[in-house]
Amino acid sequence: MAEASTREIYGKTLVELGRQNKDIVVLDADLSPSTMTNFFAREFPERFFNCGLEEQNMIGIAAGLAVSGKTVFASTFVVFVVCRCFDQLRLYLSQPKLNVKIVATHGGITVGEDGSSHHAIEDLALCCALPGFTVVVPADAIEAAEAARVAASIHGPFYVRLSRPKTPIVYPEGYHFTLGKAVTMKQGTDATVIAVGVMVAKALEAADILARQGIDCRVINIHTLKPLDEAAIVKAASDTGAIVVAEEHLAQGGLGSRVAQTVAREKPVPMEFVNLGDKYALSGKADELLQRYGLTAERIEESVKSAVNRK
Amino acid sequence: MPNHREVSPESASPSNKFNLSKVELKEIAKKLRRHVITMTATAGSGHPGGSLSAADIITALYFKVLRHKPENPQWSDRDRFILSKGHAAPILYAALAETGYFPVAELATLRKLDSRLQGHADSKFTPGVEMSAGSLGMGLSFSIGIALAARLDAKTYRTYVLLSDGECEEGQTWEAALSAAHFKLDNLTAIVDYNGMQLSGWTRDIMNLEPFTGKWQAFGWHTTDIDGHDFDQILSACQGAEKIKGKPTVIVARTIKGKGVSFMENNVAFHGKAPTWEEAERALKELE
Repeated sequence: MAEASTREIYGKTLVELGRQNKDIVVLDADLSPSTMTNFFAREFPERFFNCGLEEQNMIGIAAGLAVSGKTVFASTFVVFVVCRCFDQLRLYLSQPKLNVKIVATHGGITVGEDGSSHHAIEDLALCCALPGFTVVVPADAIEAAEAARVAASIHGPFYVRLSRPKTPIVYPEGYHFTLGKAVTMKQGTDATVIAVGVMVAKALEAADILARQGIDCRVINIHTLKPLDEAAIVKAASDTGAIVVAEEHLAQGGLGSRVAQTVAREKPVPMEFVNLGDKYALSGKADELLQRYGLTAERIEESVKSAVNRK
Repeated sequence: MPNHREVSPESASPSNKFNLSKVELKEIAKKLRRHVITMTATAGSGHPGGSLSAADIITALYFKVLRHKPENPQWSDRDRFILSKGHAAPILYAALAETGYFPVAELATLRKLDSRLQGHADSKFTPGVEMSAGSLGMGLSFSIGIALAARLDAKTYRTYVLLSDGECEEGQTWEAALSAAHFKLDNLTAIVDYNGMQLSGWTRDIMNLEPFTGKWQAFGWHTTDIDGHDFDQILSACQGAEKIKGKPTVIVARTIKGKGVSFMENNVAFHGKAPTWEEAERALKELE
């Protein structure tokens, strides 16, 4: 598969959005060469604020700008904004439902060599716990650009998790993103893999392997964790009778937990979960880490078989 | 440069519709203190100590300094006041009610289910409350965002934020202190209600803040030390801040926790405890 950088396209999309809307203001905590908000900073220096290494302060500033009518994008690495600033996200963005877009890069273990301090694998649980937040994990660069555009177009707190490395392109050009509407990437009748982010490409790979073994596997990219497309989940459970959830996140509180709540309530079927369990990862190359910690097509394949056997 | 306008303590402020004299301010401050006592006693909980220490500052702001329109809380040119020490909500609510943001009778609903007057200041519910608070150390950051927006939009409103001394133990306060100076926000005035006490005792014993004013100076702020119960000093410090260019101003207002009620003054027991009705009656008598 061709690959592209979600953060690079985010940076370019911000410039496009900044040209369209003069009320867009961008904040960064001195990581703009990495989050790629530096493109925006170059074109709109008066609307860009480098808040230095003051992430908590950055969220407060974002809130103040937002109540003053600005559409604020605040970017840094996921760990530094979601994990460090949870109280600020809670009191200043979630509770008053302010128009701040947290678009954070370097999510998950694919950050790689920087190690566990930088591997943000709790963020989906944290952000999904916040009332009023929209939570999106794009599956590729095309979806990342769409997510940024949608974030700018709707009012309220919005979290987007992006990746450090280039990731496989899973969508054709011209793909149109609909917030909260899961995308069926491949039809299937025997089981469904519900995946998010980098795991969408892995799920498609697994579905190919399974097809060769006579297992017809549906693949859903659920991109919006909140609000969750429960209808797509229930339909998948009804149509295929087995569900595997794959995410680059700890076991608790992320997509797996959210899908399981829906399945348990609406249409209980056998489920399996492909995720990082309950432990942190080591330094290493992104691909090595995905392999080491089981975020692979092979693990999805095994999980699908296991779920199907339990039908 | 924006944001320069004259406010004289004794001459008419162009936009504060109350524009009270010092004698009147003293009477209003007493009235607001009485509200604090009655509200917290009625609620059976709340934070009277830090509300009473801030009473004169809040009175000066709402009845003299701020350009605001209680009948139009969203007026885009209003001066912004942000209560960062959110536990002092009762004194803010009292000022908002007495200036007409909502009926005075509503003060009796403080902390009650379905009241617009939540336990800590909450912008979702209360007209005139610019931002929620209650987790300390955040308000100065928020105020920076407001002040930056004024600059972006070429607005002349000023932003005032009230901090407690205790919340200056929070690291975020100093992140904000650095950045307000870095962004040269001369349209921002921070006031520290330095009553010297926090929940369990004296700040000097729990986490010494001194030298306090010197810290702000080192962070690049214009500083003014005042007696936070002296209206002349409060008003002239606010006025002085407007003349400072290129840097934010902090007014370090030395105050007395529980000010105005003899048995509450410097008494840490009333940080987060409401007076009993018997205590409230004694307090109200002292505040007549």
